[in-house]
Amino acid sequence: MTTRVSTHEAIDREPRSRSLRHTGGWGERTAEVAIRVVALVSIAAILLILLFVGKEALPLLTSSEVHKEVTLGGMFAPLRDASGDALYAWQPVSEVPKYNVFPLIVGSLKVTVVALVLAVPISVAAAVFVSEYAGPRMREVVKPAIELLAGIPSVVVGFFALIVMATWVQTLFGTEHRLNALVAGVGLAFAICPIVFSVSEDALRAVPRAYREAALAMGSTRAQTVVRVVVPAAAPGIAASIVLGFGRAIGETMIVVIASGNAALLDASLDRSTRTITATIAQELGEVVVGSPHYDVLFALGAMLFIATFVINFFGERIVHGMRRKLGTVS
Amino acid sequence: MTAVAGPAAVGARKLVGTTRRGDRALALLTAAAVGVILAMLAIIVVDVIAGGTRTLSWEFVTADPRDGMTAGGIFPAIFGTLVLTLLMTVAAVPAGVATAIYLTEYASMQSPLARLVRVCVANLAGVPSIVFGLFGLGFFISTVGRGIDQVVYGGQGVYGKPCLLWSSLTLAILTLPVVVVATEEAILAVPRELREASLALGATRLQTIARVVLPEALGGILTGTILAVSRGGGEVAPILFTGVAYYLPHLPTKLNDQFMNLGYHVYVLATQSPDVDRTKPLLYGTALVLLILTFLLNLIAIWIRSRSRKSSRASM
Repeated sequence: MTTRVSTHEAIDREPRSRSLRHTGGWGERTAEVAIRVVALVSIAAILLILLFVGKEALPLLTSSEVHKEVTLGGMFAPLRDASGDALYAWQPVSEVPKYNVFPLIVGSLKVTVVALVLAVPISVAAAVFVSEYAGPRMREVVKPAIELLAGIPSVVVGFFALIVMATWVQTLFGTEHRLNALVAGVGLAFAICPIVFSVSEDALRAVPRAYREAALAMGSTRAQTVVRVVVPAAAPGIAASIVLGFGRAIGETMIVVIASGNAALLDASLDRSTRTITATIAQELGEVVVGSPHYDVLFALGAMLFIATFVINFFGERIVHGMRRKLGTVS
Repeated sequence: MTAVAGPAAVGARKLVGTTRRGDRALALLTAAAVGVILAMLAIIVVDVIAGGTRTLSWEFVTADPRDGMTAGGIFPAIFGTLVLTLLMTVAAVPAGVATAIYLTEYASMQSPLARLVRVCVANLAGVPSIVFGLFGLGFFISTVGRGIDQVVYGGQGVYGKPCLLWSSLTLAILTLPVVVVATEEAILAVPRELREASLALGATRLQTIARVVLPEALGGILTGTILAVSRGGGEVAPILFTGVAYYLPHLPTKLNDQFMNLGYHVYVLATQSPDVDRTKPLLYGTALVLLILTFLLNLIAIWIRSRSRKSSRASM
């Protein structure tokens, strides 16, 4: 979801409409001020999210009461088991609560990587087809269909993964546990295909027509033009689509909470139950005592997630804009 | 997320005289990828429809749940979802439209503030929905709600708890970017000449916006609203801790009541049911109702948009 504005049009229009502007009366000015103030809501929202998610997590840094149970550093440091081996465990409700976040981070990365490996090749290839081969009529069918896919509520995708896909995966791979990282990753792939597709397709279409014409005029075939000219020119945009897909996948909650099995195990296997950061917040926050160390830790996870996705999306957007500027198709 | 249609693909086709084997292979391969994505859509839709129609009945959508959620209907969940999204719309649409008007009509392109607004809108769209849930709890309930309770109700717990109001405001912030993007696109499509004509006739800038620009952009605003409702109606993570309840004996009547919700109903039935086989028909039925609501809204939005695009193309 990006906001793009036709720059040339706005620049064109701005000075003229300003010079034409009437200095309206009192009501006119009030309305303008109101609109300008309301427009700040999105800035306020971003700041308030950071502030208030951070505020609830703050005792983790400042409260000595909380420090008896957990510290921020302790969330990343390994524990030692009886024989002195490093132990990474997320067991916040055990007798001695353990808040090591590695199992959750690895869980989130596992399902995200599965989703990307499945969704990126399909979505980028589909984008190539729609931008390079499909006629306008075909495009008018495919693009809305992909928007519809994006419009399916993630809880419905999660439900479908739980009831149907889990069975398929189990029959196909003979996995011992019905719900696992693979099932959750396949479900997530459904959710990120639309964003990877749209951003890639936008990028491919932003490649100027002259590039294609030049390649074809030099005697290359259509396929050579696509593979050696168009796709490389759009590569930053395609990369951005992957980055944005990653951001979407790592923050997705309902699909993974339903389909991943939710056991916080630290391993690289795909066929075992796994627990992501988002699913942990969704499942545990409803049951914790407000203001307890566990509550603070869950908000800290949320704050980390917010900052991570913010950075990911910021760079994703920047790559897209940078590419458009370079290709001279700022639109 | 739409680009202005370029004639590149069409033009390239005309320029190609020879079709070679590699060309055909690439075309088939990429077409197959489109097929896979369409199949993904079809498979979910067909499965939910096939599983859900058996459950779907007049009683199912109009009756209360019975026998510990294993029988009866889901009317309270439908009602709760509708009220929730209605309140959300009342908050999100005016704010989103005002933001879009500011960005297109008032702010200059170089304005750092406008650029910041743009960055924030784009980033707001990328914030994970579960973080909105945390925010709603930390800000609306713990801070604003408790604050109201302290000041107005002498410390009684009236608004400092999960309820309809805080859930809908949380969702309003989540769906704000949807409204902004759609409205902005629609306003930018309004021809400059219309504004100039209006201003030349002596209308003020506000009159021009209210009587010329916004009516022209109404289709886009409507599209944005519908997409926001569709998105908000299907979200579960942001309302988990801000007001939704699994079962309530009464429908919500006040802003500080809790409510039931279709998506949450699916979630709880799917994850916390002791007897999945008994609840499976209900689960499918609920998922189908939710899918019908969001799908219909999306289809209407796509239809309005393609119509308004066609008509604006025709008038140019």
